[in-house]
Amino acid sequence: MHLLEIVPAVPASGLFSLAWLVIAIPLACAALLIVLGKRSDGWGHLLATVATIASFAIGLLLFVQMLSADEGSRAVSVPLYEWIATGSWSIEAGLLVDQLSILFVLLITGVGALIHIYSIGYMAHDANRRKFFAYLNLFVAAMLILVLADNYLVLFLGWEGVGLASYLLIGFWAHKPSAAAAGVKAFVVNRVGDLGMAMAIFTMLAMFGSSAFADVNAGAPQLSGTWATLLGIMLLVGACAKSAQVPLQSWLLDAMEGPTPVSALIHAATMVTAGVYLVVRSHAIYAMSDVATLAVAIVGTVTLLAGAWIGSSKDDIKKVLAGSTMSQIGYMMLAAGLGPVGAAFAIFHLITHGFFKANMFLGAGSVMHGMNDEVDMRNFGGLAKAMRITFLTFGAGYLAIIGFPFTAGFYSKDHIVEAAFESNTVLGVLALLGAGVTAYYMTRLMVMTFFGARRWKDDAHPHESPLTMTVPLIVLGVLSLVAGLFMNSWIQGWLAPATGGEVHETEVFSLALIPLLTLAVVIVGVAVGWFLHRGDIPRTAPVTKNPLVLAGRSDLYGDALNEYAVVRPVKGLVAGTEAFDHGVVDGLVMGSASMAGGLGSWLRRAQNGYVRTYGLTFVIGVVALAAVVVFGQLV
Amino acid sequence: MTTLIPLVSGDQVAFWICAPIMVVLALGMVIARKPVHSAICIAGVMVGLAVLYAAQDAPFLFVVQIIVYTGAILMLFLFVVMLVGVDTRDSVVETLKGHRIASVVAAVALAAMVFLAIGSRVFDGIPAGLTEANAQFGGNIQGIAALLFTRYVFIFEATAALLITAALGAMVLAHGERLKAKKTQLQEATDRVERYATDGVHPGPLPSSGVFARYNAIHVPALLPDGTASELSVSPTLRARGVIMDVENLRRPSDESHAAIEQASAQAEGDAL
Amino acid sequence: MTSEPYLLLSAILFAIGVIGFMLRRNAIILFMSVELMLNATNLAFVTFSRQHGNLDGQVASFFVMVVAAAEVVVGLAIIVSIYRARRSASVDDANLLKF
Repeated sequence: MHLLEIVPAVPASGLFSLAWLVIAIPLACAALLIVLGKRSDGWGHLLATVATIASFAIGLLLFVQMLSADEGSRAVSVPLYEWIATGSWSIEAGLLVDQLSILFVLLITGVGALIHIYSIGYMAHDANRRKFFAYLNLFVAAMLILVLADNYLVLFLGWEGVGLASYLLIGFWAHKPSAAAAGVKAFVVNRVGDLGMAMAIFTMLAMFGSSAFADVNAGAPQLSGTWATLLGIMLLVGACAKSAQVPLQSWLLDAMEGPTPVSALIHAATMVTAGVYLVVRSHAIYAMSDVATLAVAIVGTVTLLAGAWIGSSKDDIKKVLAGSTMSQIGYMMLAAGLGPVGAAFAIFHLITHGFFKANMFLGAGSVMHGMNDEVDMRNFGGLAKAMRITFLTFGAGYLAIIGFPFTAGFYSKDHIVEAAFESNTVLGVLALLGAGVTAYYMTRLMVMTFFGARRWKDDAHPHESPLTMTVPLIVLGVLSLVAGLFMNSWIQGWLAPATGGEVHETEVFSLALIPLLTLAVVIVGVAVGWFLHRGDIPRTAPVTKNPLVLAGRSDLYGDALNEYAVVRPVKGLVAGTEAFDHGVVDGLVMGSASMAGGLGSWLRRAQNGYVRTYGLTFVIGVVALAAVVVFGQLV
Repeated sequence: MTTLIPLVSGDQVAFWICAPIMVVLALGMVIARKPVHSAICIAGVMVGLAVLYAAQDAPFLFVVQIIVYTGAILMLFLFVVMLVGVDTRDSVVETLKGHRIASVVAAVALAAMVFLAIGSRVFDGIPAGLTEANAQFGGNIQGIAALLFTRYVFIFEATAALLITAALGAMVLAHGERLKAKKTQLQEATDRVERYATDGVHPGPLPSSGVFARYNAIHVPALLPDGTASELSVSPTLRARGVIMDVENLRRPSDESHAAIEQASAQAEGDAL
Repeated sequence: MTSEPYLLLSAILFAIGVIGFMLRRNAIILFMSVELMLNATNLAFVTFSRQHGNLDGQVASFFVMVVAAAEVVVGLAIIVSIYRARRSASVDDANLLKF
């Protein structure tokens, strides 16, 4: 495998030494809004939005400065302070601003700022809007810590921070039991991933004596194959939970209980891609283990198909998009699992997906906003005329995700399919299949929502959303269309120093076999979706015996699998342990205690209060002593 | 001087006379049911011990034993016995199961152990005697005094302190705290009249015991005007003991005499008629 | 005369005192038994004093008497106060200190 030499990070100077402000501004804003409470209700959302925009501005300045720097000094390390010093370990908290993390900073703060603006309108009628914005800012800060960290332990801090923000925001409407349960579910499932992360960090500390990216990257080539595989699998477990990959995918669909901007920002554009980021960041470890790399690719492929399957069978517009998110992250994982070749494509697709999926989620939110928070697509239909801007921007996202030529998804996804074919034909065919299914279910969504007959409920009066909501939609819609074209030939070279990848020649439009094949498959998917849903659509989902549909509707039995594979055995184990504790451990303890007690209560009868008995006992003792003395003397 | 039985000396005679008596008296102390009898028995044991002290060249202890034990300590015992009750008899029923047998066995075992100890360490014949030790300071009492005021002087001081402490302790223990102020004569009189007003208790003194022609002891009840005996005229203690004289018995001789006189005078009148 | 008979007598009297202490319930007689045991040891002291030809045993015996006197004074005072409180001199009645 050909690896570029890893470029060491240069010390920060000038503007870069202020990189911590990117994190500090939203963090301070979140703290301020939470501490001030209701006093900041009137202006809290504006402050939070301004904070995110300020972060974005600083990120943009850094990016521009990095662009102007020469290639060798683009990665900048910003040491902050010594976080933990214990024994021979010293863990520095520091930031690493390099080609990879700056893209994330721009994505997080850019899309985050748009979603903040959107939320001003979307949450206008919510009594807790200020709290919502505080949590959003908390999320932005935590996510920035995650991507800017220069070692795994600080990354873990951000990892947990986004988990917390995700939990708080999924359960934001905690008065709904389903929302509260969904928040808890996301939290619990993520604990599994955290375990993997924690184990990985422990292993790194044991193996390399440090968790800094630089030390890990430098030490990884000396790692034995087994340890590299173990480390890779542990990191993959963490990535699976955060990115909703099979088998830890079950929380993402329930997470749609949260407000729609949350779904767009956290559960589509940014947080769920943290797993991909982690895998790409750890490329040095994966480079040492083919097994771990293959595992990543398989997980990605399985998830991309499973997500597409679920997306094809749901009627809830947000759940379709959630399935789609799973599927698209599956693509990214697949790309990341293809080694250095795919890493840049994974990030590329991650960014374009961040645009078009956020766009579509916000579009869906706009539709719900106009339809009294209705989410069932069977009650939509014919909305294209009622909500023109939403329809157009959503259409842009649609074209991007199905890979319409020259849109964002066309470049990013096709590269992944190509790379998959290059690496492994089976993976390539499956990725191709996924592209077709994607085209099918997205067409289905479009048709059921925006075309056909009006199946609105009586009290629905669809109307276009306010300007604060449509402006972000327009910006994201434009980005969905053009971002791919702009980044296509640039991103590989840009990311190569950070991902250790090599640069492939990519073209704006190639007439090679695989892109054409992909296009054909997509066209078939669109056609099937169009013709199947063109006609009448019943208001309630038709009863069917089709096992594919049934499985898709019940989330591929993910919850049932969890129930039978994890929850029941663990409950059984707990019951068994408890029985053991009660029966054996407590039995031993209580038994010995009651034995001592019984002996004591039997012996205490000697204390009968009669001085004569005491005298007798005393005399018996004297006799015994005398016997010892006398007979001892005789012998 | 010739002796009838040359091998028997005076101390042997004293021992063989005293020892059996002492053992019997000691057993008597244990067995006697009345504390007074026990006290007398142990007094005998102590006198016997004094004799044995005298026989063993300890004239000072002989005197001290008589004065301190028999004279002081045992009199103290007797005082307490009187306080607690001369008449009380201890029950012979043993309440603790198996205690009596176990006690006797333990005591016998103890004695057996001491016997064994004595038997295993046989002294080499004749005792050294105290003639020499006594002669050193010119007598037994002088010798003991020399030891007491030289080698054992600190212990002697300590026992003095002990005795003082014991005397104080006894006073504190036996001291009954007066919980109410002592009543004055005026209060007593007021209380009496008050009791009469509320309960109808007679305010005057109790009636004295009865006086009969042939009897006027304190266990004779007085007669009320209607001829019945007055309970109040006899001490409650005597009443409890049931030793009150029956008034009818006392009255009978008088009644008989009166009847005889009546009869005789009636006969004389009849004769006169 | 040898010392053994005195010592045996002492042992017998001591054992009788022990029996009396264990069998009787009247606190006064218990005290008498204790006195008997003390006197038995005194006899042994005096006997050993003569056996060894020095006066220390007699001094020890003297101290025992003094201590016995002190003990009797306090002990009898206790008996009197118990009797005053409980109207009984039986040691079996004073059996509250038990399980």
